[in-house]
Amino acid sequence: MIYKTIKGFLLSVFALAIIIPCSIVIMGAFKTDLKIISEPLALPESWNFDNFKRLVDSGSVYTPAKNSIIVAFFSVFITLFLASLAAFAIARLITVTGKVLFVLFSVGLAIPGQVNIIPIYLLFVDLGLTNSLTGLVLVNIALTLPISIFIMSAFFRDLPKEMFEVAGIDGAGPWRVYRSIALPLSRPAIGATGIFLFVICWNDLLYPLMLITREDKKTLPLTLIDFRGEYLTEYSMIFTAILVASLPMIIMYIAFQRSFIAGLTQGAVKG
Amino acid sequence: MRKPKNVIRKGESKILLLMALPAFAIYAVLYLYPALSNLLWATRRWDGNPESEPEAVGFRNFTYMFTNDDVFIQSLGNNFRFMILVVIFQTGFSLLFATYLTKNTRTTIFLRTLYFFPTILSSVSVGLIWLALYDPNYGFINASLNALGFESLALNWLGDSRYALYALAVTQVWFHTGQMMVIYVAGLQQIPQELYEAAQVDGASKWQQFKHVSWPMALPTTAVVVAYTTIQTFRAFDLVYTMTNGGPLNSTEILVTLIYRNAFFGYQYGYAAAQTVVLVVVVLSLTWLQRRTLRLDYGAK
Repeated sequence: MIYKTIKGFLLSVFALAIIIPCSIVIMGAFKTDLKIISEPLALPESWNFDNFKRLVDSGSVYTPAKNSIIVAFFSVFITLFLASLAAFAIARLITVTGKVLFVLFSVGLAIPGQVNIIPIYLLFVDLGLTNSLTGLVLVNIALTLPISIFIMSAFFRDLPKEMFEVAGIDGAGPWRVYRSIALPLSRPAIGATGIFLFVICWNDLLYPLMLITREDKKTLPLTLIDFRGEYLTEYSMIFTAILVASLPMIIMYIAFQRSFIAGLTQGAVKG
Repeated sequence: MRKPKNVIRKGESKILLLMALPAFAIYAVLYLYPALSNLLWATRRWDGNPESEPEAVGFRNFTYMFTNDDVFIQSLGNNFRFMILVVIFQTGFSLLFATYLTKNTRTTIFLRTLYFFPTILSSVSVGLIWLALYDPNYGFINASLNALGFESLALNWLGDSRYALYALAVTQVWFHTGQMMVIYVAGLQQIPQELYEAAQVDGASKWQQFKHVSWPMALPTTAVVVAYTTIQTFRAFDLVYTMTNGGPLNSTEILVTLIYRNAFFGYQYGYAAAQTVVLVVVVLSLTWLQRRTLRLDYGAK
Protein backbone atom coordinates (compact mmCIF):
# COMPACT_ATOMS: atom_id res chain seq x y z
CA MET A 1 0.00 0.00 0.00
CA ILE A 2 2.67 2.49 1.07
CA TYR A 3 4.83 1.21 -1.76
CA LYS A 4 2.10 1.96 -4.28
CA THR A 5 1.48 5.43 -2.88
CA ILE A 6 5.13 6.40 -2.98
CA LYS A 7 5.47 4.96 -6.47
CA GLY A 8 2.44 6.87 -7.74
CA PHE A 9 3.63 10.06 -6.08
CA LEU A 10 7.16 9.93 -7.53
CA LEU A 11 5.94 9.02 -10.99
CA SER A 12 3.46 11.91 -10.98
CA VAL A 13 6.03 14.39 -9.71
CA PHE A 14 8.41 13.63 -12.56
CA ALA A 15 5.57 13.58 -15.08
CA LEU A 16 4.54 17.06 -13.89
CA ALA A 17 8.14 18.23 -13.95
CA ILE A 18 8.08 17.55 -17.67
CA ILE A 19 4.50 18.54 -18.47
CA ILE A 20 4.59 21.91 -16.67
CA PRO A 21 7.65 23.45 -18.37
CA CYS A 22 6.51 22.15 -21.75
CA SER A 23 3.01 23.54 -21.39
CA ILE A 24 4.36 26.89 -20.19
CA VAL A 25 6.34 27.07 -23.43
CA ILE A 26 3.59 25.82 -25.74
CA MET A 27 0.88 28.02 -24.25
CA GLY A 28 3.30 30.89 -23.87
CA ALA A 29 3.71 30.96 -27.62
CA PHE A 30 0.08 32.09 -27.79
CA LYS A 31 0.20 34.61 -24.95
CA THR A 32 1.50 38.08 -24.22
CA ASP A 33 4.55 38.53 -21.97
CA LEU A 34 2.32 39.86 -19.23
CA LYS A 35 0.10 36.79 -19.26
CA ILE A 36 3.07 34.42 -19.35
CA ILE A 37 4.33 35.94 -16.12
CA SER A 38 1.03 36.42 -14.33
CA GLU A 39 -0.73 33.20 -15.34
CA PRO A 40 1.90 30.82 -16.71
CA LEU A 41 -0.33 27.76 -16.50
CA ALA A 42 -3.59 29.30 -17.71
CA LEU A 43 -4.83 28.49 -21.17
CA PRO A 44 -4.28 31.34 -23.64
CA GLU A 45 -7.28 33.59 -24.15
CA SER A 46 -7.26 32.85 -27.83
CA TRP A 47 -5.11 30.60 -29.99
CA ASN A 48 -3.93 33.41 -32.22
CA PHE A 49 -0.69 33.37 -34.12
CA ASP A 50 0.44 36.94 -33.34
CA ASN A 51 3.72 35.79 -31.80
CA PHE A 52 4.45 33.57 -34.77
CA LYS A 53 3.77 36.46 -37.15
CA ARG A 54 6.07 38.73 -35.20
CA LEU A 55 8.74 36.07 -35.24
CA VAL A 56 8.46 35.53 -38.99
CA ASP A 57 8.37 39.30 -39.61
CA SER A 58 11.57 39.75 -37.62
CA GLY A 59 13.20 37.82 -40.47
CA SER A 60 14.91 35.35 -38.17
CA VAL A 61 13.07 32.15 -39.00
CA TYR A 62 13.23 31.39 -42.67
CA THR A 63 16.99 31.51 -43.30
CA PRO A 64 18.15 29.61 -40.19
CA ALA A 65 15.38 27.03 -40.63
CA LYS A 66 16.42 26.53 -44.24
CA ASN A 67 20.09 26.25 -43.23
CA SER A 68 19.31 23.77 -40.46
CA ILE A 69 17.28 21.63 -42.83
CA ILE A 70 20.01 21.65 -45.49
CA VAL A 71 22.77 20.84 -43.00
CA ALA A 72 20.83 18.10 -41.20
CA PHE A 73 19.52 16.54 -44.40
CA PHE A 74 22.86 16.30 -46.19
CA SER A 75 24.80 15.34 -43.05
CA VAL A 76 22.43 12.48 -42.25
CA PHE A 77 22.12 11.13 -45.77
CA ILE A 78 25.80 11.24 -46.63
CA THR A 79 26.77 9.76 -43.26
CA LEU A 80 24.23 6.95 -43.60
CA PHE A 81 25.39 6.20 -47.12
CA LEU A 82 29.12 6.23 -46.38
CA ALA A 83 28.73 4.48 -43.02
CA SER A 84 26.56 1.70 -44.40
CA LEU A 85 29.05 1.08 -47.20
CA ALA A 86 31.98 1.01 -44.80
CA ALA A 87 30.13 -1.09 -42.23
CA PHE A 88 29.15 -3.59 -44.89
CA ALA A 89 32.73 -3.81 -46.08
CA ILE A 90 34.02 -4.24 -42.52
CA ALA A 91 31.48 -6.95 -41.78
CA ARG A 92 32.34 -8.81 -45.01
CA LEU A 93 36.11 -8.38 -44.99
CA ILE A 94 37.32 -11.32 -42.96
CA THR A 95 40.91 -10.41 -43.72
CA VAL A 96 43.20 -8.52 -41.37
CA THR A 97 42.44 -5.32 -43.27
CA GLY A 98 38.82 -5.49 -42.15
CA LYS A 99 39.85 -5.80 -38.53
CA VAL A 100 42.35 -2.97 -38.83
CA LEU A 101 39.72 -0.73 -40.37
CA PHE A 102 37.31 -1.54 -37.57
CA VAL A 103 39.90 -0.77 -34.90
CA LEU A 104 40.77 2.53 -36.58
CA PHE A 105 37.13 3.61 -36.63
CA SER A 106 36.74 2.47 -33.01
CA VAL A 107 39.50 4.87 -32.01
CA GLY A 108 37.06 7.62 -32.94
CA LEU A 109 34.55 6.17 -30.50
CA ALA A 110 37.03 6.25 -27.68
CA ILE A 111 38.26 9.81 -28.22
CA PRO A 112 35.64 12.39 -27.27
CA GLY A 113 34.79 14.57 -30.28
CA GLN A 114 35.79 17.79 -28.53
CA VAL A 115 39.43 16.92 -28.97
CA ASN A 116 38.95 18.21 -32.48
CA ILE A 117 37.58 21.68 -31.70
CA ILE A 118 40.80 23.60 -32.19
CA PRO A 119 42.50 21.62 -34.96
CA ILE A 120 39.25 21.51 -36.96
CA TYR A 121 38.77 25.23 -36.57
CA LEU A 122 42.32 25.99 -37.67
CA LEU A 123 42.05 23.52 -40.55
CA PHE A 124 38.76 24.99 -41.71
CA VAL A 125 40.15 28.51 -41.59
CA ASP A 126 42.98 27.32 -43.84
CA LEU A 127 40.59 25.59 -46.21
CA GLY A 128 38.17 28.52 -46.29
CA LEU A 129 35.39 26.34 -44.88
CA THR A 130 34.26 28.70 -42.17
CA ASN A 131 30.92 30.38 -42.74
CA SER A 132 29.95 27.57 -45.06
CA LEU A 133 27.17 25.03 -44.76
CA THR A 134 29.40 22.54 -46.58
CA GLY A 135 31.87 22.94 -43.74
CA LEU A 136 29.20 22.13 -41.17
CA VAL A 137 28.08 19.10 -43.15
CA LEU A 138 31.68 17.85 -43.34
CA VAL A 139 32.17 18.28 -39.58
CA ASN A 140 28.93 16.45 -38.86
CA ILE A 141 29.87 13.59 -41.15
CA ALA A 142 33.34 13.22 -39.64
CA LEU A 143 32.07 13.35 -36.07
CA THR A 144 29.22 10.89 -36.53
CA LEU A 145 30.88 8.37 -38.87
CA PRO A 146 32.57 6.28 -36.14
CA ILE A 147 29.40 5.72 -34.11
CA SER A 148 27.28 5.09 -37.23
CA ILE A 149 29.75 2.54 -38.58
CA PHE A 150 29.90 0.89 -35.19
CA ILE A 151 26.12 0.52 -34.92
CA MET A 152 25.67 -0.64 -38.48
CA SER A 153 28.55 -3.10 -38.66
CA ALA A 154 27.20 -4.76 -35.51
CA PHE A 155 23.90 -5.09 -37.34
CA PHE A 156 25.43 -6.45 -40.55
CA ARG A 157 27.45 -8.99 -38.61
CA ASP A 158 24.26 -10.33 -37.04
CA LEU A 159 22.63 -10.94 -40.41
CA PRO A 160 22.70 -14.63 -41.40
CA LYS A 161 25.83 -15.29 -43.43
CA GLU A 162 24.05 -17.82 -45.67
CA MET A 163 22.19 -15.01 -47.38
CA PHE A 164 25.38 -13.43 -48.58
CA GLU A 165 26.83 -16.78 -49.59
CA VAL A 166 23.84 -17.76 -51.67
CA ALA A 167 23.99 -14.41 -53.39
CA GLY A 168 27.71 -14.89 -53.94
CA ILE A 169 27.13 -18.30 -55.54
CA ASP A 170 24.59 -16.73 -57.83
CA GLY A 171 27.40 -14.53 -59.03
CA ALA A 172 26.43 -11.29 -57.36
CA GLY A 173 29.38 -9.02 -56.56
CA PRO A 174 29.72 -7.16 -53.24
CA TRP A 175 28.07 -4.08 -54.67
CA ARG A 176 24.94 -6.03 -55.70
CA VAL A 177 24.84 -7.88 -52.36
CA TYR A 178 25.06 -4.58 -50.54
CA ARG A 179 22.31 -3.00 -52.59
CA SER A 180 19.83 -5.80 -52.91
CA ILE A 181 20.38 -7.78 -49.70
CA ALA A 182 22.19 -5.85 -46.97
CA LEU A 183 20.44 -2.50 -47.43
CA PRO A 184 16.84 -3.73 -47.57
CA LEU A 185 17.41 -6.02 -44.58
CA SER A 186 18.93 -3.28 -42.47
CA ARG A 187 16.22 -0.71 -43.00
CA PRO A 188 15.26 -0.64 -39.28
CA ALA A 189 18.89 -0.17 -38.21
CA ILE A 190 19.42 2.54 -40.79
CA GLY A 191 16.20 4.27 -39.77
CA ALA A 192 17.08 4.28 -36.09
CA THR A 193 20.63 5.46 -36.81
CA GLY A 194 19.26 8.15 -39.13
CA ILE A 195 17.02 9.54 -36.40
CA PHE A 196 19.89 9.50 -33.94
CA LEU A 197 22.07 11.41 -36.41
CA PHE A 198 19.30 13.84 -37.29
CA VAL A 199 18.81 14.83 -33.65
CA ILE A 200 22.56 15.40 -33.21
CA CYS A 201 22.90 17.50 -36.37
CA TRP A 202 19.70 19.47 -35.84
CA ASN A 203 20.57 20.36 -32.25
CA ASP A 204 24.32 20.95 -32.43
CA LEU A 205 25.57 24.29 -31.15
CA LEU A 206 29.31 24.02 -30.55
CA TYR A 207 30.59 23.62 -34.11
CA PRO A 208 28.20 26.15 -35.73
CA LEU A 209 29.16 28.61 -32.99
CA MET A 210 32.82 28.14 -33.86
CA LEU A 211 32.53 28.08 -37.62
CA ILE A 212 29.63 30.40 -38.49
CA THR A 213 29.52 34.14 -37.95
CA ARG A 214 27.59 35.35 -40.99
CA GLU A 215 23.87 35.91 -40.43
CA ASP A 216 22.84 34.21 -43.67
CA LYS A 217 24.64 30.98 -42.71
CA LYS A 218 23.35 30.64 -39.16
CA THR A 219 21.46 27.53 -38.08
CA LEU A 220 18.48 27.44 -35.70
CA PRO A 221 20.42 26.82 -32.46
CA LEU A 222 22.62 29.83 -33.25
CA THR A 223 19.59 32.03 -33.89
CA LEU A 224 18.02 30.83 -30.64
CA ILE A 225 21.19 31.82 -28.80
CA ASP A 226 20.99 35.28 -30.38
CA PHE A 227 17.39 35.50 -29.19
CA ARG A 228 18.53 35.00 -25.62
CA GLY A 229 20.40 38.29 -25.83
CA GLU A 230 17.99 40.11 -28.10
CA TYR A 231 14.73 39.46 -26.31
CA LEU A 232 16.04 38.90 -22.75
CA THR A 233 12.84 38.38 -20.79
CA GLU A 234 10.48 38.80 -23.70
CA TYR A 235 9.36 35.26 -23.15
CA SER A 236 6.56 35.30 -25.70
CA MET A 237 9.16 35.58 -28.47
CA ILE A 238 11.62 33.16 -26.88
CA PHE A 239 8.95 30.51 -26.30
CA THR A 240 7.59 30.88 -29.81
CA ALA A 241 11.09 30.49 -31.21
CA ILE A 242 11.74 27.39 -29.08
CA LEU A 243 8.48 25.88 -30.29
CA VAL A 244 9.25 26.60 -33.94
CA ALA A 245 12.79 25.21 -33.66
CA SER A 246 11.62 22.04 -31.87
CA LEU A 247 8.53 21.41 -33.96
CA PRO A 248 10.14 19.07 -36.50
CA MET A 249 11.55 16.95 -33.68
CA ILE A 250 8.25 16.88 -31.83
CA ILE A 251 6.30 15.83 -34.92
CA MET A 252 8.85 13.15 -35.75
CA TYR A 253 8.86 11.95 -32.15
CA ILE A 254 5.10 11.56 -32.10
CA ALA A 255 5.11 9.82 -35.47
CA PHE A 256 8.05 7.44 -34.92
CA GLN A 257 8.24 7.09 -31.13
CA ARG A 258 9.67 3.59 -31.22
CA SER A 259 12.46 4.17 -33.70
CA PHE A 260 13.21 7.47 -32.00
CA ILE A 261 13.72 5.91 -28.60
CA ALA A 262 15.58 2.97 -30.11
CA GLY A 263 17.84 5.25 -32.13
CA LEU A 264 18.70 7.60 -29.32
CA THR A 265 19.40 4.89 -26.78
CA GLN A 266 21.31 2.57 -29.06
CA GLY A 267 23.54 5.53 -29.85
CA ALA A 268 24.06 5.99 -26.14
CA VAL A 269 24.76 2.35 -25.39
CA LYS A 270 27.20 1.86 -28.21
CA GLY A 271 28.85 5.24 -27.80
CA MET B 1 34.82 -26.17 -34.52
CA ARG B 2 34.47 -25.19 -38.14
CA LYS B 3 33.81 -21.58 -38.78
CA PRO B 4 30.96 -20.89 -41.17
CA LYS B 5 32.37 -20.55 -44.62
CA ASN B 6 32.76 -16.98 -45.66
CA VAL B 7 34.94 -17.26 -48.68
CA ILE B 8 35.64 -14.09 -50.51
CA ARG B 9 36.50 -14.47 -54.14
CA LYS B 10 39.58 -12.80 -55.51
CA GLY B 11 38.87 -9.22 -56.47
CA GLU B 12 35.97 -9.01 -54.08
CA SER B 13 38.06 -7.80 -51.19
CA LYS B 14 39.35 -5.04 -53.42
CA ILE B 15 35.82 -3.90 -54.14
CA LEU B 16 35.00 -4.13 -50.45
CA LEU B 17 37.99 -1.97 -49.59
CA LEU B 18 36.87 0.54 -52.17
CA MET B 19 33.47 0.66 -50.51
CA ALA B 20 35.06 1.56 -47.18
CA LEU B 21 37.40 4.08 -48.73
CA PRO B 22 35.23 7.25 -48.88
CA ALA B 23 34.20 6.94 -45.24
CA PHE B 24 37.74 6.23 -44.21
CA ALA B 25 39.15 9.15 -46.17
CA ILE B 26 36.79 11.66 -44.55
CA TYR B 27 37.35 10.12 -41.14
CA ALA B 28 41.12 10.17 -41.53
CA VAL B 29 41.28 13.78 -42.70
CA LEU B 30 38.65 15.28 -40.41
CA TYR B 31 38.94 13.11 -37.30
CA LEU B 32 42.16 11.18 -36.94
CA TYR B 33 44.44 13.84 -38.38
CA PRO B 34 42.94 16.68 -36.28
CA ALA B 35 43.07 14.50 -33.16
CA LEU B 36 46.76 13.85 -33.75
CA SER B 37 47.56 17.41 -34.71
CA ASN B 38 45.87 18.54 -31.51
CA LEU B 39 48.73 16.84 -29.65
CA LEU B 40 51.15 18.97 -31.62
CA TRP B 41 49.17 22.17 -31.01
CA ALA B 42 49.20 21.37 -27.31
CA THR B 43 52.95 21.93 -27.25
CA ARG B 44 52.76 25.29 -28.98
CA ARG B 45 51.90 28.85 -28.26
CA TRP B 46 49.97 30.71 -30.95
CA ASP B 47 47.56 33.65 -30.94
CA GLY B 48 45.98 32.81 -34.28
CA ASN B 49 47.53 35.78 -36.03
CA PRO B 50 48.50 34.52 -39.48
CA GLU B 51 51.56 36.77 -39.47
CA SER B 52 53.04 35.27 -36.35
CA GLU B 53 54.56 31.81 -36.23
CA PRO B 54 53.42 29.22 -33.66
CA GLU B 55 56.13 28.89 -31.04
CA ALA B 56 57.15 25.48 -29.66
CA VAL B 57 56.93 25.56 -25.87
CA GLY B 58 57.23 21.88 -24.96
CA PHE B 59 55.19 20.97 -21.91
CA ARG B 60 54.96 24.51 -20.59
CA ASN B 61 51.24 24.78 -21.40
CA PHE B 62 50.62 21.84 -19.08
CA THR B 63 52.82 23.00 -16.24
CA TYR B 64 51.28 26.46 -16.46
CA MET B 65 47.67 25.27 -16.25
CA PHE B 66 48.31 23.12 -13.20
CA THR B 67 50.48 25.61 -11.33
CA ASN B 68 49.33 29.10 -12.32
CA ASP B 69 45.83 28.93 -13.76
CA ASP B 70 43.26 29.19 -10.98
CA VAL B 71 40.35 29.29 -13.39
CA PHE B 72 41.47 26.02 -14.97
CA ILE B 73 41.72 24.30 -11.59
CA GLN B 74 38.34 25.72 -10.64
CA SER B 75 36.80 24.46 -13.91
CA LEU B 76 38.25 21.03 -13.34
CA GLY B 77 36.71 21.01 -9.86
CA ASN B 78 33.37 22.31 -11.17
CA ASN B 79 33.34 19.64 -13.82
CA PHE B 80 33.93 16.92 -11.23
CA ARG B 81 31.24 18.29 -8.93
CA PHE B 82 28.83 18.56 -11.83
CA MET B 83 29.66 15.01 -12.88
CA ILE B 84 29.21 13.54 -9.39
CA LEU B 85 25.88 15.33 -8.87
CA VAL B 86 24.48 14.34 -12.23
CA VAL B 87 25.78 10.76 -12.14
CA ILE B 88 24.27 10.15 -8.70
CA PHE B 89 20.88 11.70 -9.35
CA GLN B 90 20.45 10.80 -12.99
CA THR B 91 21.45 7.18 -12.43
CA GLY B 92 19.34 6.97 -9.27
CA PHE B 93 16.21 8.45 -10.78
CA SER B 94 16.49 6.59 -14.06
CA LEU B 95 16.92 3.27 -12.24
CA LEU B 96 14.03 4.07 -9.90
CA PHE B 97 11.66 4.97 -12.71
CA ALA B 98 12.82 2.02 -14.81
CA THR B 99 12.04 -0.30 -11.90
CA TYR B 100 8.56 1.20 -11.69
CA LEU B 101 8.01 1.11 -15.44
CA THR B 102 9.64 -2.18 -16.46
CA LYS B 103 6.42 -3.93 -17.52
CA ASN B 104 4.79 -2.98 -20.79
CA THR B 105 1.33 -1.61 -20.09
CA ARG B 106 -0.44 1.34 -21.59
CA THR B 107 0.37 3.58 -18.62
CA THR B 108 4.02 2.60 -18.40
CA ILE B 109 4.56 3.06 -22.13
CA PHE B 110 2.90 6.47 -21.96
CA LEU B 111 5.03 7.55 -19.00
CA ARG B 112 8.21 6.25 -20.59
CA THR B 113 7.43 8.19 -23.76
CA LEU B 114 6.75 11.31 -21.70
CA TYR B 115 9.89 10.97 -19.59
CA PHE B 116 11.98 10.44 -22.70
CA PHE B 117 10.60 13.55 -24.39
CA PRO B 118 13.18 16.14 -23.19
CA THR B 119 15.95 14.08 -24.83
CA ILE B 120 14.75 15.05 -28.30
CA LEU B 121 14.99 18.77 -27.59
CA SER B 122 18.16 20.70 -28.29
CA SER B 123 20.36 21.74 -25.38
CA VAL B 124 19.77 25.33 -26.44
CA SER B 125 15.99 24.94 -26.18
CA VAL B 126 16.27 23.16 -22.84
CA GLY B 127 18.65 25.85 -21.62
CA LEU B 128 16.28 28.65 -22.65
CA ILE B 129 13.28 26.91 -21.05
CA TRP B 130 15.12 26.57 -17.77
CA LEU B 131 16.46 30.12 -17.95
CA ALA B 132 12.81 31.17 -18.00
CA LEU B 133 11.86 28.82 -15.15
CA TYR B 134 14.78 30.02 -13.01
CA ASP B 135 14.18 33.73 -13.73
CA PRO B 136 14.50 35.26 -10.22
CA ASN B 137 11.64 37.73 -10.72
CA TYR B 138 9.27 36.26 -13.27
CA GLY B 139 10.22 32.59 -13.35
CA PHE B 140 7.76 29.82 -12.58
CA ILE B 141 9.90 28.33 -9.81
CA ASN B 142 10.18 31.48 -7.73
CA ALA B 143 6.60 32.50 -8.46
CA SER B 144 5.42 29.14 -7.11
CA LEU B 145 7.68 29.36 -4.07
CA ASN B 146 6.37 32.84 -3.30
CA ALA B 147 2.77 31.77 -3.80
CA LEU B 148 3.26 28.85 -1.40
CA GLY B 149 4.77 31.14 1.22
CA PHE B 150 8.39 30.06 0.87
CA GLU B 151 9.69 33.53 -0.04
CA SER B 152 13.04 32.83 1.62
CA LEU B 153 13.62 29.92 -0.75
CA ALA B 154 13.02 32.00 -3.87
CA LEU B 155 16.69 32.41 -4.68
CA ASN B 156 18.58 33.85 -7.60
CA TRP B 157 19.29 30.35 -8.88
CA LEU B 158 21.57 31.05 -11.80
CA GLY B 159 22.80 34.47 -10.70
CA ASP B 160 24.35 33.35 -7.44
CA SER B 161 27.68 31.56 -7.62
CA ARG B 162 26.69 29.35 -4.68
CA TYR B 163 23.73 27.76 -6.45
CA ALA B 164 24.33 28.06 -10.18
CA LEU B 165 26.14 24.75 -10.63
CA TYR B 166 23.40 22.90 -8.75
CA ALA B 167 20.75 24.61 -10.83
CA LEU B 168 22.56 23.44 -13.98
CA ALA B 169 22.78 19.91 -12.60
CA VAL B 170 19.01 19.88 -12.04
CA THR B 171 18.46 20.88 -15.66
CA GLN B 172 20.88 18.25 -16.94
CA VAL B 173 19.15 15.54 -14.87
CA TRP B 174 15.75 16.68 -16.15
CA PHE B 175 17.12 16.59 -19.68
CA HIS B 176 18.55 13.06 -19.78
CA THR B 177 16.95 10.95 -17.03
CA GLY B 178 14.36 9.62 -19.48
CA GLN B 179 17.05 8.49 -21.91
CA MET B 180 18.94 6.59 -19.22
CA MET B 181 15.66 5.15 -17.93
CA VAL B 182 14.97 3.60 -21.33
CA ILE B 183 18.40 1.94 -21.26
CA TYR B 184 17.62 0.58 -17.80
CA VAL B 185 14.18 -0.65 -18.88
CA ALA B 186 15.83 -2.64 -21.67
CA GLY B 187 18.28 -4.10 -19.15
CA LEU B 188 15.65 -4.92 -16.53
CA GLN B 189 13.34 -6.55 -19.06
CA GLN B 190 16.03 -9.10 -19.81
CA ILE B 191 16.11 -10.37 -16.23
CA PRO B 192 14.28 -13.74 -16.17
CA GLN B 193 10.88 -13.37 -14.52
CA GLU B 194 11.46 -16.64 -12.61
CA LEU B 195 14.04 -14.94 -10.41
CA TYR B 196 11.40 -12.51 -9.12
CA GLU B 197 8.86 -15.30 -8.73
CA ALA B 198 11.33 -17.35 -6.72
CA ALA B 199 12.05 -14.33 -4.54
CA GLN B 200 8.34 -13.77 -3.99
CA VAL B 201 7.89 -17.39 -2.95
CA ASP B 202 10.62 -16.80 -0.39
CA GLY B 203 8.61 -13.83 0.86
CA ALA B 204 11.06 -11.16 -0.31
CA SER B 205 9.80 -7.58 -0.11
CA LYS B 206 9.98 -5.22 -3.11
CA TRP B 207 13.13 -3.71 -1.68
CA GLN B 208 14.74 -7.12 -1.15
CA GLN B 209 13.80 -8.14 -4.68
CA PHE B 210 15.45 -5.00 -5.96
CA LYS B 211 18.54 -5.49 -3.84
CA HIS B 212 19.09 -9.15 -4.57
CA VAL B 213 17.73 -9.50 -8.10
CA SER B 214 17.39 -6.23 -10.05
CA TRP B 215 20.50 -4.43 -8.82
CA PRO B 216 23.06 -7.23 -9.28
CA MET B 217 21.49 -8.34 -12.57
CA ALA B 218 21.41 -4.78 -13.90
CA LEU B 219 25.02 -3.95 -13.01
CA PRO B 220 26.26 -4.18 -16.61
CA THR B 221 23.53 -1.69 -17.55
CA THR B 222 24.58 0.55 -14.68
CA ALA B 223 28.11 0.49 -16.07
CA VAL B 224 26.81 1.73 -19.42
CA VAL B 225 24.56 4.39 -17.88
CA VAL B 226 27.25 5.74 -15.56
CA ALA B 227 29.85 5.85 -18.32
CA TYR B 228 27.53 7.63 -20.73
CA THR B 229 26.33 10.10 -18.09
CA THR B 230 29.93 10.90 -17.18
CA ILE B 231 30.78 11.64 -20.80
CA GLN B 232 27.66 13.80 -21.07
CA THR B 233 28.73 15.95 -18.13
CA PHE B 234 32.08 16.61 -19.75
CA ARG B 235 30.39 17.41 -23.04
CA ALA B 236 27.74 19.73 -21.61
CA PHE B 237 29.00 22.73 -23.56
CA ASP B 238 25.68 23.66 -25.21
CA LEU B 239 23.70 23.71 -21.99
CA VAL B 240 26.25 25.64 -19.94
CA TYR B 241 26.91 28.09 -22.74
CA THR B 242 23.19 28.79 -23.10
CA MET B 243 22.34 29.11 -19.42
CA THR B 244 25.29 30.71 -17.63
CA ASN B 245 28.20 30.86 -20.05
CA GLY B 246 30.46 29.79 -17.18
CA GLY B 247 29.39 32.52 -14.78
CA PRO B 248 28.77 33.93 -12.25
CA LEU B 249 32.40 34.24 -11.13
CA ASN B 250 33.40 31.11 -13.08
CA SER B 251 31.22 29.03 -10.77
CA THR B 252 29.79 27.03 -13.67
CA GLU B 253 32.84 27.06 -15.90
CA ILE B 254 33.52 23.49 -17.03
CA LEU B 255 36.43 22.29 -19.14
CA VAL B 256 34.77 22.56 -22.57
CA THR B 257 33.43 26.05 -21.98
CA LEU B 258 36.85 27.15 -20.70
CA ILE B 259 38.59 25.65 -23.73
CA TYR B 260 36.15 27.44 -26.00
CA ARG B 261 36.75 30.74 -24.23
CA ASN B 262 40.52 30.39 -24.20
CA ALA B 263 40.61 29.56 -27.90
CA PHE B 264 38.01 31.86 -29.40
CA PHE B 265 38.05 34.81 -27.00
CA GLY B 266 41.54 34.56 -25.51
CA TYR B 267 43.16 33.55 -28.83
CA GLN B 268 45.38 31.07 -27.00
CA TYR B 269 45.04 28.20 -29.43
CA GLY B 270 47.99 26.17 -28.17
CA TYR B 271 46.97 26.54 -24.55
CA ALA B 272 43.37 25.56 -25.30
CA ALA B 273 44.60 22.54 -27.27
CA ALA B 274 46.63 21.46 -24.24
CA GLN B 275 43.52 21.73 -22.06
CA THR B 276 41.68 19.56 -24.58
CA VAL B 277 44.31 16.89 -24.05
CA VAL B 278 43.68 17.05 -20.31
CA LEU B 279 39.93 16.80 -20.93
CA VAL B 280 40.38 13.68 -23.03
CA VAL B 281 42.74 12.07 -20.53
CA VAL B 282 40.29 12.79 -17.69
CA VAL B 283 37.30 11.38 -19.58
CA LEU B 284 39.16 8.28 -20.73
CA SER B 285 40.56 7.48 -17.30
CA LEU B 286 37.21 8.06 -15.62
CA THR B 287 35.33 5.75 -17.97
CA TRP B 288 38.07 3.14 -17.70
CA LEU B 289 38.00 3.35 -13.90
CA GLN B 290 34.21 3.09 -13.74
CA ARG B 291 34.07 0.12 -16.06
CA ARG B 292 36.68 -1.66 -13.99
CA THR B 293 34.99 -0.98 -10.68
CA LEU B 294 31.53 -1.92 -11.83
CA ARG B 295 32.76 -5.02 -13.61
CA LEU B 296 34.77 -6.24 -10.65
CA ASP B 297 31.75 -5.69 -8.47
CA TYR B 298 29.69 -7.69 -10.89
CA GLY B 299 32.20 -10.52 -11.07
CA ALA B 300 32.27 -10.83 -7.30
CA LYS B 301 28.59 -11.65 -7.09
